[in-house]
Amino acid sequence: MRKLLLLTLVICVGVAFIARLYYLQVHDSKTYNPLEDTAIRKEFTYPKRGYVYDRNGELLVANQPSYDVMVIPREVEPLDTLEFCSLLKITKKDFIKTYNKAKNYSSRLPYVFLSNLSKDDYAVLQEKMRKYDGFYIQKRSIRTYRKTIGANVLGDIGEVNQAIINKDAYYGKGDLIGKQGVEKTYEKTLRGVKGTRFIQKDRFNRDIGAFEGGTNDTIAQPGKDITITIDSKLQEYGELLMTNKRGGIIAIEPSSGEILAMISGPTYNPNLLVGRDRSKNFTKLYNDSLSQPLFDRGLQAMYPPGSPFKTINALIALQEGVVSPNEKFSCSMGYKYGNRKMGCHVHRSPANMNLGIYESCNAYFANVYRRIMDKYDSSEKAMNNWSKHVKSFGLGNYLKNDLSVGQPGKIPTSETYDRTYGKDRWYTTFSMSNAIGQGEVLATPIQLANMAAAIGNRGYYFTPHIIKQIEDDTIPSKFTTPKYTTIDKQHFEPVVQGMFDVYNKGTAKYVKVPGIEICGKTGTAENFAIIDSTKTQLTDHSIFVAFAPKDNPKIAIAVFIENGYFGSRFAGKMASLMIEKYLKNEISRTDLENFVLKHSLEHEYQKPYSGKPFKINRETTLETIPEEEFEALKYLKAKIDGK
Amino acid sequence: MIRENQRRYRFDWIIIIVYLLLVGFGYLNIMSASHTGEITNYFDMSQSYGKQLVFIGLSLVLIVFILSFEAKFYERFSSIIYIVAILSLLGLFIFGKDVNGARSWYGIGSMTIQPSEFAKFATALAVAKHISDIQTNLKTIKDQLKAVALILLPALLILLQNDAGSTLVYGAFFFVFYREGLQQIYVLIGFSLVFLAVLVLKFDITITTLSIAVIVFGLYFLKRKKRTSLLQPIAILLICTIFAYGVKLFYNHGLKPHQQNRISLWLRLEKDPAKLELMKKREAYNLIQSEEAISSGGFSGKGFMQGIRTTGKFVPEQDTDYIFSTVGEEWGFLGSSFVVILFIILIVRILYLSEQQKSQFSRVYGYGVASILFVHFTINIGMVMGLIPTVGIPLPFFSYGGSGLWSFTILLFIFIKLDSNKINEW
Repeated sequence: MRKLLLLTLVICVGVAFIARLYYLQVHDSKTYNPLEDTAIRKEFTYPKRGYVYDRNGELLVANQPSYDVMVIPREVEPLDTLEFCSLLKITKKDFIKTYNKAKNYSSRLPYVFLSNLSKDDYAVLQEKMRKYDGFYIQKRSIRTYRKTIGANVLGDIGEVNQAIINKDAYYGKGDLIGKQGVEKTYEKTLRGVKGTRFIQKDRFNRDIGAFEGGTNDTIAQPGKDITITIDSKLQEYGELLMTNKRGGIIAIEPSSGEILAMISGPTYNPNLLVGRDRSKNFTKLYNDSLSQPLFDRGLQAMYPPGSPFKTINALIALQEGVVSPNEKFSCSMGYKYGNRKMGCHVHRSPANMNLGIYESCNAYFANVYRRIMDKYDSSEKAMNNWSKHVKSFGLGNYLKNDLSVGQPGKIPTSETYDRTYGKDRWYTTFSMSNAIGQGEVLATPIQLANMAAAIGNRGYYFTPHIIKQIEDDTIPSKFTTPKYTTIDKQHFEPVVQGMFDVYNKGTAKYVKVPGIEICGKTGTAENFAIIDSTKTQLTDHSIFVAFAPKDNPKIAIAVFIENGYFGSRFAGKMASLMIEKYLKNEISRTDLENFVLKHSLEHEYQKPYSGKPFKINRETTLETIPEEEFEALKYLKAKIDGK
Repeated sequence: MIRENQRRYRFDWIIIIVYLLLVGFGYLNIMSASHTGEITNYFDMSQSYGKQLVFIGLSLVLIVFILSFEAKFYERFSSIIYIVAILSLLGLFIFGKDVNGARSWYGIGSMTIQPSEFAKFATALAVAKHISDIQTNLKTIKDQLKAVALILLPALLILLQNDAGSTLVYGAFFFVFYREGLQQIYVLIGFSLVFLAVLVLKFDITITTLSIAVIVFGLYFLKRKKRTSLLQPIAILLICTIFAYGVKLFYNHGLKPHQQNRISLWLRLEKDPAKLELMKKREAYNLIQSEEAISSGGFSGKGFMQGIRTTGKFVPEQDTDYIFSTVGEEWGFLGSSFVVILFIILIVRILYLSEQQKSQFSRVYGYGVASILFVHFTINIGMVMGLIPTVGIPLPFFSYGGSGLWSFTILLFIFIKLDSNKINEW
């Protein structure tokens, strides 16, 4: 028995050890992945971010080096803080604060002491850097915008937030990602793929060499360059015209759906969102709740389209066969239905379709709309049929394009009215405003430009898009296949002729450009705002939709100027100028240009906030900008022309 | 010497092969745990693996020496060897060198020698000599005290040099005494006291003594026949209570703070999360790192020199006391189990051979060897895997260090020599 005590203990201990080993190594460690081990540090090599060119090959966005001052607290020797702070342009308090942060983080690891040093600061600092042990300069790559245009088009890049990191394993803390515009929508193309190096570290977190000889490492793939459809000259010109105004301009090439210009006013210099002051500037732009520079009015602003929408009703009426082009309706300063009246202005009466369009006769289109609705027994069926036709022009839904923001607009269906009035408890007269593009109809400027393109193409459009070419790649086929409207080709001619006559003898005859056959349609949309919790009417929005030339159009455009009053006052002029600039690359109607540049609408936008009673529309006066400011704008214009 | 040549020797090859396997495998792991960057020179004397190779070479020379002496030499000279060992321990107080707070080394040039390692086999020899004496009867208190004194002397000297871990090893001789006739009651009392000590620390004195009272009196009243005096259970309870207070007192005042914390971590006594966090960074750091290294090895390990936690030196002392975590990471469950089984084979084989010895000296010595190896093996691997509190003692044949390797080699090969001689005895 005495012999057995130790023997038994030895066997027991052996069994216990093997059981413990099994528990630790086999039972507990099923999911072990050496690449995720805390003993392995992942180091990333960031590829060059792709460049962005405009449709003529002009470089818009490139990269520039940026310099971060790094610190390893352990290696810092006593230094002349006063001089160092003045070199970095920080206060001594900042210095101590950041230094302590770095120390708390780790005394052995590099910490970003100051990020995004400017090139000039770097140049000065670099010479003195050897004096400061423990500090060194690390080079990074950030964006640079070669022209100060297209902030809303190009967007910007910034550090990823936690939500994205959680969602997409590719991104890690401190990585840069496209935040807006093209930088956002083509993020994956532009960024490339970062390379990963797995580095083995010791318990003090120091590198001790590549893990497994670097066999798991990947090489960074550079980002691809892209060419966007924007014509930077046209964009620049549009932004100049938009100075001191709020609104949006969208120009599209109808034969391809390529967006030639995409202007949102007010805009900002895209270089504001680069480098050290990015977050400060972004906050400033973000918090500007009055002029909302980050709100892309060309894509996001939904307005009632007004008169340009009448062209759609005309087309639907022809397609449904309820009106012939020559049929006339009389107009006695408006259209009466029930005990209500839709007003109109003075013009010849009765009006056929051609006159109805170029004089923008409300009564004519009220009659047309009634005809469309009365074709069917039930207003539900009629409404849905009408809605289907309208939506085929890309209205009332997202365009599903490659822009980072967008809005669906609004086109009512029978359900819309069912919800408001109850099922089968509403009639054509309830939706009469739709006839003239008001009421339940909302559209964004890009949708209106696209609508103009579809009319110019006589029945089809390409989804408006921003991408023209990707290095070593093709653009998505959804942008190169045409989308057909529900209107047959032959019905377009009378409407196109009407739009042509808008310029010849109609509402836009004063903004006619010699030598170019433009088809267009003015629009004026009523504008209400809630001021001190009362609904107040403000000066109307000025709208213009056009395409040119009449046959095989090269450009379709929608211009929307907030509080610009009637269509041809601002929007029409700007559309003409944009079209001429694009087609001829010179401006013959300098009178129009001077008018647009000279006048500011800022005072209009201030009115509601002044706290005093104010006048609108007809009773407002135009305000001009000071002479020297005007000269400055003229100088910019000359620069665009290359003179 | 002439007669010596005529004698036949049969060395136990199983032990020798296991020994070579352990030393060789140990060397590979030391290489892995200590190298930095590419190994260009295996004899680089500035690196642990280079030195260990020299230590192994010298061990082989040592083996030849040990085996070449006559077997009777060890029995005859055991007292002298013991006295030399004690003197060398005493000498430390004058000539010793402080390393990590323990005064256990002699410095000779760049080399250091740790006499406490050599005291182990010296004590084993002395104990064997004492017990095998024809006049010794371990059933008598006098001889028991003599035997205990032989152990206590080196143990106390080592404790005074601040090497508590090595002191514990001398408890191994308890198994030897038991084998050689120590009364069963001592084993019972010994295990009960250890158990009691753990209970006291884990559940505090009141609960422990109360439950002991219930058990003791319960047993007393359940015993129908021949009820002895009530004094007996009361005395037992009294002794237990005194012991309990003694343990508590020792824990609070006798132990150093880091020793307290190691025990408190093992028994999970600390409830304050802030303090626990601090402990994790200090006392528990080694343990956490070593457990993580072992479990990251998985079933078949990451491969020789491929352990990222080993190469990153995440486990401090990885080439010495924590060498087993290298095995765990690089050789996985297969390699670690292999090492455990090798040790079991070695110890069981020594026990088996000891029982076969004709001379009592050889048998007692063999038992001593097996017990010392067993205690080292259990405490070391148990601590590396977090089964018992941290006690810094090396893994025999495996851990880096000349003194350790040589003393275990001497310890083992004296036994092999003794064993090989058994056919010449009658």
